[in-house]
Amino acid sequence: MTRARRLLAIAAGAAVVAALVFVPLSLGRYGLYILSLWSVMSIAAIGLNLTLGYAGQVSLAQGAFVGIGAYAAAIMTVDGLPLSLAVATAVALCFVVGWLLGYPALRVQHHYLAFVTLAFSTLAFLVFRNEEWLTNGVYGISGVPRPKVFGLSTTQPLPFYYLCLFTLGVVTLAFWRLVRSPWGRAFMALRENPMRALSLGVDTRRYTLMAFAIGSALGGLAGALYAPLAEFVDPTSFTLSLSLNLLMMVIVGGSGYFFGPYLGAMTAVLLPEWLRFAQGYYLIVYAVVVMALLTYSPTGILGILDRYLRDRSAKAASALRAAAGAGLPDETAS
Amino acid sequence: MSSLFDLVISGLATGAIYALVAIGFTLLWQTSQTINFAQGEFVMLPAFLMLAVVRAGAPFWLAIIVGALLSIAILGIAFKKLLVDPMLRHGVLPLAIATMALSVAMKESVKQFFSAEAQPFPSIAPSGSVSILGSPVSLQSLGVFAFGLAAVIGLNLFLERTSSGRQMQAAAQNPTVARIVGVPVERMIMLTFVINAALVALASLLVTPIYLAKFSSGETLGQAAFIAAIVGGFNQVRGAIIGGLAIGVLDNLAAAYVSTQYRAAVPLALLIVIILFRPEGLVGRSEERTV
Amino acid sequence: MKYVLTAGLALLAAAYAGRAFAQDIELVDVAELSGGGATVGTNFKNGVDLAVEEINAAGGVLGHKIVVAHFDTQSNPGVARAQVQKALDSNPYVLLGPGYSGSVKVTAPLAAEAGVTQIMGGEAAELTRMGDKFLFRTSFGQQSSMPKVAKYMAEDMKAKTVAVVWVNNDFGKGGRDTIEKEFDKLGVKVVADISTEAGQADFAADVAKVKASEADAAFVYLNEEESARILKEFKRQAATIPLMGETTLVGQKVIELAGDAANGARAHVGLTTDAPVESIRAFRERFVKKYNYVPDHNGIKGYLAIYMIKAATEKMGKLDPKGVADALHGLTIKAADQPGILMDVTFDENGDIDRQGFLVEVENGRQIIKQILPKLH
Repeated sequence: MTRARRLLAIAAGAAVVAALVFVPLSLGRYGLYILSLWSVMSIAAIGLNLTLGYAGQVSLAQGAFVGIGAYAAAIMTVDGLPLSLAVATAVALCFVVGWLLGYPALRVQHHYLAFVTLAFSTLAFLVFRNEEWLTNGVYGISGVPRPKVFGLSTTQPLPFYYLCLFTLGVVTLAFWRLVRSPWGRAFMALRENPMRALSLGVDTRRYTLMAFAIGSALGGLAGALYAPLAEFVDPTSFTLSLSLNLLMMVIVGGSGYFFGPYLGAMTAVLLPEWLRFAQGYYLIVYAVVVMALLTYSPTGILGILDRYLRDRSAKAASALRAAAGAGLPDETAS
Repeated sequence: MSSLFDLVISGLATGAIYALVAIGFTLLWQTSQTINFAQGEFVMLPAFLMLAVVRAGAPFWLAIIVGALLSIAILGIAFKKLLVDPMLRHGVLPLAIATMALSVAMKESVKQFFSAEAQPFPSIAPSGSVSILGSPVSLQSLGVFAFGLAAVIGLNLFLERTSSGRQMQAAAQNPTVARIVGVPVERMIMLTFVINAALVALASLLVTPIYLAKFSSGETLGQAAFIAAIVGGFNQVRGAIIGGLAIGVLDNLAAAYVSTQYRAAVPLALLIVIILFRPEGLVGRSEERTV
Repeated sequence: MKYVLTAGLALLAAAYAGRAFAQDIELVDVAELSGGGATVGTNFKNGVDLAVEEINAAGGVLGHKIVVAHFDTQSNPGVARAQVQKALDSNPYVLLGPGYSGSVKVTAPLAAEAGVTQIMGGEAAELTRMGDKFLFRTSFGQQSSMPKVAKYMAEDMKAKTVAVVWVNNDFGKGGRDTIEKEFDKLGVKVVADISTEAGQADFAADVAKVKASEADAAFVYLNEEESARILKEFKRQAATIPLMGETTLVGQKVIELAGDAANGARAHVGLTTDAPVESIRAFRERFVKKYNYVPDHNGIKGYLAIYMIKAATEKMGKLDPKGVADALHGLTIKAADQPGILMDVTFDENGDIDRQGFLVEVENGRQIIKQILPKLH
C-alpha cells in the first residue's frame, strides 16, 4: 500500500471510531440498544470468523457458546458476583468446552465437525431448558444486573454501550495481533491447504483445535455481555437459529476477511430494521436480499469490494504494462 | 410388552416420514454436493400449492397433479437454475447459507400469502386402521411406509441398473472424467433435482394429512431428516431410510423409557457417536480423500 | 478502508431511523408475527386491527382516531425487548402485547419504568405478581384458570389420580406448575408428568405413558396443532381416559383438525368464539368477514385490548397516557355499555381479570357449554 493510501485508511478508520463514540450521544434508547447488540454480535462473529474464515472449520455451535457465556454471567451476577469474574469464567469455560468438543470431532473431516457442533447446539439448548435447578429452565433468569465499571454504573444505555464498544475494541486489537502473528499465519495455512501445511510440519490438528477453542471462547465473551445487555436470559434465545444466524453473518460479511464479521453483524442486526417499511413481508425481502447477495458474491460483501479493487488494480497494472510496452520499441531492437 | 411393540410400530411410521424427506436430501448431496437446509420447507410447500389450486376451484385430483408439476418446476428446475448453478463452484458453504435464507423466504411467503393458521389436508390413503399383531396402525402411516420403501428400492434400481442412473452416479463421483467419457453431466444433475422435487411433492401429499399444513411444519421435519441422513450414511440413499426409521423408533423409545424432557437428545447423542466412530454412517461407504 | 467508512456511516444512519408520529391516539403492538408464535401474534394483530377499524369508523375515541403500528418480536424475548424499546422511544399512548409470557417478562420492566400502560396476552401466573402497576391481562391468568380446572377434575370428574401432559415452553410449564400445586391442595395425586415438545407430531410414547399410569383423568395442556394430534393418538390407541384441558384443547381449530377424535374432550375456556353470547357471535361474524377464518382466543384478546383502552379513556374524559393504568385498576366494563368488550369484566389492582368462564365439552364436533362459571363479583 502506498503511503497516501495508508494515511487515507487510517483517517477513515479514525472517522469510523469517532462516529461510533460520538454519534450515539444523540441517540435514543433503542438506537443505543441496537448498537450495543451489534457490538456484542460482532464479537461472537469474530470468533466464528476465526474458526471458519481463517481455520476453515464449520462450527454450528457458536450460538450455544454465546448461551453458555450468557448463562454463566447471569447466574453469577444475579448471585452478586462481579461481571468481570463472570466474563473470565465464561471465556475460560467456553475455551475448555470448545477444546473438549473439538478434540474427538477433528479426527474426522471438516464437514463432520459441522454435524457434531449441530448436535451440541441442540443438546446445549436442552440443558438450558431442562436443568431448572441451575438455569431456572424455560422461565429464564430475569433481572440480570448491569455491572459497575470503576465505580460507574452502567444501568443507563449510554454507559453500557461504551462498555460494549470498549470490549469490541479490545477484541479487535487482540484479533489483529493474533492474525499478524505466526499463529495467525498457521491458521491461514490450514485453511488454504491443510495437506501442504502438514507436510511443512505444522501440527494441523493442534492449530485447528486452538482456532476452534479461541473462537468458542469469544462466543462466550459475547454471551457474557449479552446477559446484562438484555437483562434477561432464556433458553429460546440460544437455539440452533442463533448459530445459523452467526454463520450467516460471517458468510454474508465475507468469510476470512478481517472486517467481515462487523459488516455481517450489521446486516443481521440492522437490515431487518431497514426493511420495516415492507411490513409483514420484511423477512421475505431480507431472505431474498441475502440469497441474491450470495448468488452474486459467495465471498460476501467484502468479497464484492475485494473483487472490485482487484479488478481495478489489475486494470491499472495492465494499463501500465501496455504503456511500458508501447513506449520502448527502439530499445528492444538492438 | 405390547406397549413396546406399539411404540416401535408408530416409531417406524414416523421414521418413514423422516426417511422420505432424508432421501431427497441425500440424493442432492450425493450428486451435486448441495446441502439443502430448506428440504423441510420443500416438503411443506407442495401441500400449500395443492391447497391453493383447490381454493381456486379445482377438484382435488387435479390439484394434486398441478401441485406436483408446479413443485417440479419451482423446487427442481428453478431452484437449480437460479440458486444452485451460480453458487456451486464456490464451495458448499455459501450455497448452504443460501438455502437457509431460502427456507425463511418460503416459510414467510406461505405465512403471508396463504395463512398463518394450520390447515387440514385431505388424505389420499383411506382413513381407518389395520391391526398388526394387536397394535392398530393407521392406513396413512402404512401408506407412508410403503411409499418410502418403494421410493428407495426404485431409486436404487434406477441408479444401479439403468444407464441414466449409472450416468448420474458417474457425474456425481467424478464430473470431469464423466464429461470426457461423454456423460451429459449438467443434464444428469438437473435430473437429480427434478427427482428430488418429485419425491418431496409425493412426500408432502402423504405426510401433510398427518402433520397438517402449516407454514412452520418444515422446521422439525427438516432437522429430523438432516439428522437421519447423517446417521444413516450421507452418501448412500438407502442410508436415509435406515437413518429415518432408526430416529423415529429411538425418539419414541427414549420418550417412553428415558425421559420425555430429553427425548430429542437421544438421536443427537447417537449422531455424535456415529460421527466419531463410524463417520460414514450406518450403511454409508467411506469417503475417500483426494490428496 | 473506504468501505469500512461507508459501512460505519450506514450503520449510524440506520440507528437514527425514527419517525414522527401524528396527533392521533398512537398505539404500538409488539407481537409474535414470525417464528414459533406467529399464529398467536398474527391473531392478536388481526383482532387489534379489527377493533381499531370499527372504532375509527364510529368516530374514534373522544373524537380522536386510533393509529396502530405493529412490530415483530420474532417470538424471541431479546428481539421483543428491542422492539418495545423502540416503541417506548416514540411515546405511545398504550403498549400492546406481547403474547408470549417470556417476552412479557422481559419487556414489562421497561414499560413500567417509562410509565406506559401495557395490555398483553400472556397467561403465566407470575406476570401479575411482579408488582407491576402498568401491566394488564386480556385473559385469565393461569392462577385464575387452573384452580377452576383442578376443582372440576376433583369434584365433577371425581378424579383421585391424574396424568398431566404439557408442552415444554413457558406457557405449558407455567400451567403445569400451577395446576400441580392446585392438585396438591385438593389431595389429588399426579401419577404421570409428561412433557412434550412444541411442533411434536408423534405422541405414541406420551399416550402410552398416560395409559400405563392408569390415572382417573388426564390434564392436557398443549398448543393447538399438538392438541389435535394427541387427541387423534388417544383415539388410535383406544384410550378411554377422560381428558380435560384449558382453552387450547377444545379450540375451534383443534376440533377441525382432530375430527371426531375431539369428541368427549372437556376444558375450562375463558374466551371462545363458540360462547353462547350474542356480542361474541357478532364479533366472530365480523372477523370472519374481514379475514376469512375463525379467530382463536388470541384474536379475541387483541380485540378486547383496544376496547379496554377506549373504556379507560372515556372514563377519564380526556387523553391522558399517564392515567390509563389508574383508570383501569378497579374498573368494571359492562358489555351492555361497551359491546366491544364482549363480556362484563372487572380489573383488579394487579391487572388481573374477573370475568365469566365456561366449562365446555366437545360433542359431535361442536363445543357445548356444560357450565357457565360466573364472574366472582
